[in-house]
Amino acid sequence: MKLVIVKYNAGNIQSVLYALERIGMEATVTDDHSEIQKADKVIFPGVGEASTAMQYLQERGLDKVLRNLQQPVLGICLGMQLMCRHSEENDTTCLGIFDTMVKKFSGTLKIPQVGWNTVENISEPLFAGITTDPYCYFVHSYYAELCKETAAVTEYGVRFSSALQKNNFYGVQFHPEKSSDAGERILINFLQL
Amino acid sequence: MLTKRIIPCLDIKDGRTVKGVNFENIRDAGDPVELGALYAQQGADELVFLDITATVEKRKTLSELVNKISHHINIPFTVGGGISSVDDVSVLLQNGADKISVNTAAFKNPQLIADLSKQFGSQCVVLAIDTKKEADGEWYVYLNGGRVKTEMRCIDWAKQAVDMGAGEILLTSMNHDGTKQGFALDITATLATELTVPVIASGGGGTMEHFVDVFTNGKADAALAASIFHFKEIGIRELKTYLNANGIVVRV
Repeated sequence: MKLVIVKYNAGNIQSVLYALERIGMEATVTDDHSEIQKADKVIFPGVGEASTAMQYLQERGLDKVLRNLQQPVLGICLGMQLMCRHSEENDTTCLGIFDTMVKKFSGTLKIPQVGWNTVENISEPLFAGITTDPYCYFVHSYYAELCKETAAVTEYGVRFSSALQKNNFYGVQFHPEKSSDAGERILINFLQL
Repeated sequence: MLTKRIIPCLDIKDGRTVKGVNFENIRDAGDPVELGALYAQQGADELVFLDITATVEKRKTLSELVNKISHHINIPFTVGGGISSVDDVSVLLQNGADKISVNTAAFKNPQLIADLSKQFGSQCVVLAIDTKKEADGEWYVYLNGGRVKTEMRCIDWAKQAVDMGAGEILLTSMNHDGTKQGFALDITATLATELTVPVIASGGGGTMEHFVDVFTNGKADAALAASIFHFKEIGIRELKTYLNANGIVVRV
């Protein structure tokens, strides 16, 4: 199986690579259009800021490539947010794969949300084999609103989409690569699609 | 619900885990990678690795160790000790660290916090503060592993650092560290209440009840301890079961 991690200007690719290595998978990190298009599975990670990340993707034509992929794609954290319609982070128009908006946490909450939170209303195939609502590791200041593509729900002041799915596109707000056994199971489930 | 976090801390000297009492009297406590992996397996929520040698010639050893840790551990971890530049941090993050902690260098050059949070995001910038309550009843900032006193009040420095982009505060009470008599509840609660970022309480955890106290009265977001875990005085699993039974939400 050819597994590709999309290379762009939002970091933390290393931890994803190591997590894949722990479950016996190798991945290629690339921004080459045809390599991404030919891959069996594509992971779109990211920690960073939405507008500079979108600008980077657009300048390299990666936005169109990502939108048109037919194979399973997994967005992680910022990657998932960029797959939504729009982000409040610097008023950024995103890829529009998931029909939902990304908003900033507000109120008296500590921002970013840092730590382990419950992932509820979990659904297959991403959470297959996970019997009780798992705890996963989150680090984020923005969240995707609930929508018809919501595949899991988490609460931090507001109930938000901690996972999304539409056809071949999957997204998780938490970091499966840092979410212990539950995270490993989710990565394996994605790789087995 | 967002849980409270239990964070074992591994002090590293020449590639080994050590634990001092009141910042001195270092005892050997094992291989950091093995110990870290064991804690992760037992339910630790994060790990902190503090390099207490952290001289220039040791820098490469540390990045190699961080690389090894990140290959083996499936929970987030922070690396600290002697970090003084954007380049230092860049190397550690590239080797798989999730967060870094800065202390003395950030105090001497607060712009470092702003530079780090701009370049890497505030979520990976932890400000470590060693603090001590003096006879006047105020908590002051200490530097260089607790050896150098400053005239800066802990709360003032913490607020300034958060304004500059620190994403989390790791607060160690020198009055409590190594004593096993409980955490510094007053200063922890002050910071946890007045700051907009999470506060990790450190120093003094000796019984499971102390952890209940630091999460309830101390209002901490996370609690860090070292020797009680290293020397198996308290197991992470039993601690988390105890916390849950006492109404503190933790991941079990």
